[in-house]
Amino acid sequence: MTASEGVTVSRVVVVGHGPTSHRLVEALVDKGFDGRITVFGEEPRAAYDRVALTSYLAGRSAADLTYPLPEGVVLRLSSRVVEIDRKNRTVVTADGHAEPYDVLVLATGSSPFVPPVPGRDAEGCFVYRTIDDLDAIREASGRATTGVVIGGGLLGLEAADALRGLGLATHIVEMGGWLMPRQVDEGGGAVLRNHVEALGLSVHTEAGVKEIVAGPDGRVAGLLKPDGQTIEAQVVVFSAGIRPRDELARQAGLEVGGRGGIAVDDGMRTGDPAIYAVGECALYEGTVYGLVGPCFTMAEVAADRILGGEAVFTRADMSTKLKLLGVEVAQFGAMDGALNVTFMDPVSGVYQKLFVSDDARTLLGGICVGDATPYNTLKPFVGRDLPGAPGELLFTGGPASMDLPDDAQVCSCNNVTKGQVCAAIAGNGLTDVAGIKDCTRAGTTCGSCLPMLKQILVKAGVEVSKSLCEHFAHSRAELFDIASVRGITTFSQLIAEHGTGRGCDVCKPVVASILASLGNGHILDGEQATLQDTNDHFLANIQRNGTYSVVPRIPGGEITPDKLIVIGEVARDFGLYTKITGGQRIDLFGARVEQLPLIWRRLVDAGFESGHAYGKALRTVKSCVGSTWCRYGVQDAVGLAIDLELRYRGLRSPHKLKSAVSGCARECAEARSKDFGIIATEQGWNLYVGGNGGFTPRHADLFAADLSTAELIRTIDRFLMFYIRTADRLQRTSVWLENQGLAYVKEVILEDSLGICADLDAQMERHVATYADEWGAILEDPEKLRRFVSFVNAPGTPDPSIAFETERDQVKPVLIPLEVVRS
Amino acid sequence: MTILREDVETTYWTPVCSYTDLLPERGACALVDDHQIALFRTFDGELFAVGNRDPFSGAQVLSRGIVGTRAGEPSVASPMHKQVFSLVTGRCMDDPAMAVPTYPIRILDGTVEVGVR
Ligand code: SRM
Ligand SMILES: Cc1cc2nc3c(=O)[nH]c(=O)nc-3n(C[C@H](O)[C@H](O)[C@H](O)COP(=O)(O)OP(=O)(O)OC[C@H]3O[C@@H](n4cnc5c(N)ncnc54)[C@H](O)[C@@H]3O)c2cc1C
Ligand code: SF4
Ligand code: FES
Repeated sequence: MTASEGVTVSRVVVVGHGPTSHRLVEALVDKGFDGRITVFGEEPRAAYDRVALTSYLAGRSAADLTYPLPEGVVLRLSSRVVEIDRKNRTVVTADGHAEPYDVLVLATGSSPFVPPVPGRDAEGCFVYRTIDDLDAIREASGRATTGVVIGGGLLGLEAADALRGLGLATHIVEMGGWLMPRQVDEGGGAVLRNHVEALGLSVHTEAGVKEIVAGPDGRVAGLLKPDGQTIEAQVVVFSAGIRPRDELARQAGLEVGGRGGIAVDDGMRTGDPAIYAVGECALYEGTVYGLVGPCFTMAEVAADRILGGEAVFTRADMSTKLKLLGVEVAQFGAMDGALNVTFMDPVSGVYQKLFVSDDARTLLGGICVGDATPYNTLKPFVGRDLPGAPGELLFTGGPASMDLPDDAQVCSCNNVTKGQVCAAIAGNGLTDVAGIKDCTRAGTTCGSCLPMLKQILVKAGVEVSKSLCEHFAHSRAELFDIASVRGITTFSQLIAEHGTGRGCDVCKPVVASILASLGNGHILDGEQATLQDTNDHFLANIQRNGTYSVVPRIPGGEITPDKLIVIGEVARDFGLYTKITGGQRIDLFGARVEQLPLIWRRLVDAGFESGHAYGKALRTVKSCVGSTWCRYGVQDAVGLAIDLELRYRGLRSPHKLKSAVSGCARECAEARSKDFGIIATEQGWNLYVGGNGGFTPRHADLFAADLSTAELIRTIDRFLMFYIRTADRLQRTSVWLENQGLAYVKEVILEDSLGICADLDAQMERHVATYADEWGAILEDPEKLRRFVSFVNAPGTPDPSIAFETERDQVKPVLIPLEVVRS
Repeated sequence: MTILREDVETTYWTPVCSYTDLLPERGACALVDDHQIALFRTFDGELFAVGNRDPFSGAQVLSRGIVGTRAGEPSVASPMHKQVFSLVTGRCMDDPAMAVPTYPIRILDGTVEVGVR
């Protein structure tokens, strides 16, 4: 029980379960509140990180985004509160449940504002606020080609990027004169517009909406602007601002602002001492805070007050920094001042402006588009003396030695100062950003302060930890050296002598890969089998329903008609879904574990080998047709690609390895996006290294030019072996190369500056000489084959939970329903 | 949060395989009536049984995860998205709001038996 304002508080009821509500409950529990907490959430799922909402469309699951929930709290989902009975201190839900409270907290957030334009209810009109909204948008986008976002603010651009990501030609309609009018001025808006248009989005500024036009089927067909122009679109997303959800407060007779918002004092209390309001529904000194940072602070203040404390909320920082559509945009402090200094580079699309006091000494605020460095380095100086002349600061990003004052706020989402971060580092012996996050919460929300946290860590003189995991204090490269120098061939010996505990899903696969790179027989031999990730363990890739995919190697992408027919027959006979991959080969999906050996028996008999699609190993060497057929080709690209793929097949490495060979500079095989890519020249081959597609694309760097085939192969041998020895866990060659530096790697490999090239050569020779097909070996080993069953007590029984349906004449998994296990 | 866990009564023991069918530091799955049970044998010979269903993805795959320890507690990482579960309590060590059911398990004359209601 807790005394607050002389009243005993044993029942707290919270309405709404968004980020603010989550933080409030967590704070109450952390601070030792021992009464009953009941939370009502209207959405069908527990509170999730709304700031990261868009990542849901990029593949993060709802579970990923959901906050962990504290113990001992009753959460009622899909449960909307419709009435507050202040006299009886009870709330009532839409389905008639009544819940008494001693303290009631309204954390109802806000809802998107949908302007009252005709046609806004047509099918195909959406808002962008919840996971359900995103599901609906994704579904509708499947049938659409064009989308319009109404509103060119921060959220509007985020929504537009999402529509673009869903494959829609996307328009943005903004009433104001430029994009993001609340964060940038006209000059910044113009630069931002260039960036946005360069990405293929169409921008309409000073444009309103007259009507949403529906087709004869009642679905959205387009948007009519006041100037009479129609934008055809099948998906419309409204993002024209938010409105605080104050309807409950209004119904209960609490004071609300003229433009909405539940009025609160600096203790987050409404006019009724038993009722608090926090987050995006609250109105403090005439402002509704639409950012999580201040909302979290409100939650902390309210929790403290409920427990009898005296915390106060003060006006909060509304700085924003974001990376939208690959463009950095940031605004901090004031958006005007007596003087301003602007830096503009139209070529690289950078616009930066600082506002300063009339003596040009005190920083008042700033705007950045295209490069937000000043936000990172200068924001903590708002309201203070600048560490240099403003123009110089913009030009140089500030002197590197610039020291922040201790009370400067570094994380605005969680209101953490530099002093607090330094204290946490010193007090807990922290060595990494993850530790700072755990101890201070800084960096756990929008992430924009992470570079700053890293800087503070480095400045604190902390050597950043290289530990692989809790079991090894070594990096992968160190473990590689230990295993190779000491000749260690088992995980048990390595962890007993150089680690602690029994390992985990981080260190076991790393050690498995090291042992395989050092040539220790089949990856499923003896103890090695226990280290492998499921993909390596079943030599196949796990899929969302627990089935696996099968990828036979097709070196260089060249395949005979007979072999194609075998693949077709196997897929047909086992009912597998087939698809041509981006790696110039064929993937067969939907095999159950007990089918894998039967499928591979047929494939191996027809001359196929494992394609290692499951391993951190060589994947494919793609090719173009090259000089054999192509009228432009200058070398035999296919022949080289096949030779390289056969040479490096089965080579285990810190991450997967990809390659390609193009027959001329037209580069049809996209070699420069590969870990090692080769482009033919009149004289021989150019070798490029460190390319990457994927999450952070990088063009490969030219490593050596006009090599003969023998020189080329020797150079690649050394490059790969040096990478395998020295890279970190799951580090692609691109990142590894950037860390080592191209010049250094060239010295080591082309000039043998470390004198290790003979060693690297020998190691690769050993790999080539001892290569054996992993699937071929399994099929000869009855002991290993016994593991390929769904059930140890019923080897012939297929997993009954796996089911398929048909789409475009092929199977696809029936999605597994996920029931909520929370109560 | 209160987590709903399958109640287990230990009255009915079902033999599922011989002890040597289980590899040290690896899992296997047993089908007992409608229940899929993930069985694990750790390096020191101890046995654990938890539900095979990964609650994050819904797929029946936990028996195929990597076995290890976290802060000394035996654990398995889901092969789907790598969340780690305690083999002792079934609780998800990355998200305390999630858990899988645990089952009693024993060896009788070299045969592994699990207790499923
Ligand atoms: C099948 C395929 C997609 C397709 O249908 O075309 C595919 C499928 C998968 N990719 Fe890929 N990638 C496929 C080509 C690519 C390509 C294109 C290419 O290779 O030319 C890329 C970009 C090039 C690159 O890697 O630099 C690509 C970048 C990724 C990434 C991001 C890597 C990065 O460095 O950012 C991942 C995630 C990872 O590896 O961590 C990934 C991971 C995956 C995984 C393994 C995800 C998973 O763990 O389940 C997918 C499962 C494959 C399966 O079940 O068989 N896949 N993936 C392609 C298989 C190629 C092959 O024949 O082996
Ligand atoms: C796409 C997107 C990106 C964003 N990006 C950023 C960013 O980068 N940085 C930043 O600082 N902020 C960002 N925001 C804003 C941030 O998400 C909000 O500030 C934050 O969600 C506010 O939290 P809240 O809990 O107060 O309100 P909400 O998140 O709105 O949660 C309120 C919850 O209460 C429920 N509810 C309402 N009424 C009732 C009722 N009567 N009964 C039961 N339940 C009810 C609602 O359904 C909702 O689930 C973003 C928002 C969106 C939509
Ligand atoms: S890269 Fe050159 S040789 Fe190869 S297909 Fe393209 S144009 Fe022809
Ligand atoms: S500023 Fe957003 S997490 Fe630190």
